[in-house]
Amino acid sequence: MSKKFFQHTSLWLSLGTVLVIGLWPIVTHNALNRETAFTVLSAVALASSLNILLGYTGYVSFGHVVFFGFGGYVGFYTINVLGWNIWMAMLAGGIAAALLAYLLGVAILRLRGAYFALATIGINEAVRAFINNFAPFGGPTGMTLNFKVYKAYGGAMHALQLVFYIMVGLTLIVTILSYWVRTSKFGLGLLAIREDEDAAEVMGVITPSAKNWAFVLSAIIPGMVGAIFFFKNGTIEPGLAFPLRTSIEMIVMIMLGGQGTVLGPILGAAGYQAMRDYLLVSPLFKNLQLAISGILLLLIVLFIPRGLVGWLRQRYPKVRRWLI
Amino acid sequence: MILQVQGVTKRFGGLQALTQVTFDLPEGQILGLIGPNGAGKTTLFNVIDGVYKPEEGRVIFLGEDVTGKKPYYLAKKGLARTHQIVRPLNELSVRENVMVGACFGHAGANLNTAAKIADEVLDLLGLAPKANALAGSLNVAQKKRLEMARAIASQPKLLLLDEVLAGLNPSEIASMVKTVRAVRDRGITIIMIEHVMSAIMNLSDRILVLDFGKLIAEGTPEEIANNEKVIQAYLGDPKLAERLMKGE
Ligand SMILES: Nc1ncnc2c1ncn2[C@@H]1O[C@H](COP(=O)(O)OP(=O)(O)OP(=O)(O)O)[C@@H](O)[C@H]1O
Ligand SMILES: [Mg+2]
Repeated sequence: MSKKFFQHTSLWLSLGTVLVIGLWPIVTHNALNRETAFTVLSAVALASSLNILLGYTGYVSFGHVVFFGFGGYVGFYTINVLGWNIWMAMLAGGIAAALLAYLLGVAILRLRGAYFALATIGINEAVRAFINNFAPFGGPTGMTLNFKVYKAYGGAMHALQLVFYIMVGLTLIVTILSYWVRTSKFGLGLLAIREDEDAAEVMGVITPSAKNWAFVLSAIIPGMVGAIFFFKNGTIEPGLAFPLRTSIEMIVMIMLGGQGTVLGPILGAAGYQAMRDYLLVSPLFKNLQLAISGILLLLIVLFIPRGLVGWLRQRYPKVRRWLI
Repeated sequence: MILQVQGVTKRFGGLQALTQVTFDLPEGQILGLIGPNGAGKTTLFNVIDGVYKPEEGRVIFLGEDVTGKKPYYLAKKGLARTHQIVRPLNELSVRENVMVGACFGHAGANLNTAAKIADEVLDLLGLAPKANALAGSLNVAQKKRLEMARAIASQPKLLLLDEVLAGLNPSEIASMVKTVRAVRDRGITIIMIEHVMSAIMNLSDRILVLDFGKLIAEGTPEEIANNEKVIQAYLGDPKLAERLMKGE
């Protein structure tokens, strides 16, 4: 095998993992599997996006679901009120999330460590409260899609299918984006910021703009995922769009698989979702799943702070070159 | 003049860390900066490279007033420095650390070029065997050389070295002194803070002496070694300087 191919091993591994998850329901012809795969893929897309900020840049956002919710609302609005199609709505959701991230970044990316994390929680709550009172978006009751909307896609069945394919596509795109960032010059600057922001600045990394771009890049795909998620869901309301729990779960997934690596968040998200599905059907654990996420996070931080992929990299220095 | 520092004053609360510091630095020289602990040497570096903004005075680098400009602006313009307390990017490899300097500093290299520059500079500093190790795994002497490698890889016009010899054993000092000379021979102007007198006396074209934030003397190594004020403030033993000059 050529050296070039080997050099990109983690990209192939990552894309392969996403493809396996995406093809599984298609091969098995099973609608239930498709639902599961959709949930796993959206988790992968969200976790890989947040990883650009949390894993590469070292800024922990506890409110990242705000981009999913905001993109979801904007996308939903364009479909429901403006009559746009799902592609345009998805684009609108992504752009809305990116703009929100840009503005927020200017305001809060100068904060460091715990202060930044606290600010992100505050922002999620503030946006939720705003939308709760924003009449065009339906206020506290939200919006419900007119069922006729699905007709344009050949009925609800076909719309669901289409949404699934879009989700597979988005997840592949975010994987490539994540890999590109990790291996680019821009990404090297982010890693330097993560390791020591002041030293990075002294070495010439233009930290304010690098951080802001990382924030924007980490927000676009979640905004798009939100748009298609709520298109599929048929209704949107503040409680569904901005659950703090999802933010925390994204962090657990990244930590589980390995922050700052390309493959880690993908494996972490898939593994976490599998575990969660298992817990959800088990009567004993059904009500304890959030507590279990918390304990899991604690255990990861205590015993494998670098996550699965990070641990492998540390344990086997030889794989470090290609397992990223 | 590559650098002009004019009437720089820096305060931390009530503490006057620098008072009206003024000097010019012509291109191609090695300027030694000495003085007792807490004299303000590191603070002067931090003012020059934009980490701190001075309360008064100006810093002119390559003919441009850069007072209050951000460190990354100065880095891109051609300034590089090492830190007295090393700041390795621990979770990155040694090569990647050096590539950060090459990519984002004055060299402005792309990743491929940066990798080449890094390997060349790591060779110069004897760190080549460690290129793939994580920076956090190096010992202190190696981390000092890594600081230096990152700075050199940015291909600066002016290099600020903050106690790169401290904590090194005599043979490590000898090799570092050689490296500093090699860097100067590449046409890079250098200011170096150092407590190791024999080295600074040997290397410097000129020396500045800071004491309690004020410049108390300026001159050739010989003039400094025989300067009454300097001997009182810093060197202590009047014969010490003489012996140092002879390299004993
Ligand atoms: N960020 C800061 N905040 C408050 N005081 C500071 C700060 N940085 C330096 N100082 C103080 O300014 C004075 C000068 O410190 P500086 O580090 O410049 O000394 P130095 O000459 O480099 O000493 P050394 O030889 O020990 O490195 C010291 O009294 C120090 O405590
Ligand atoms: Mg100092």
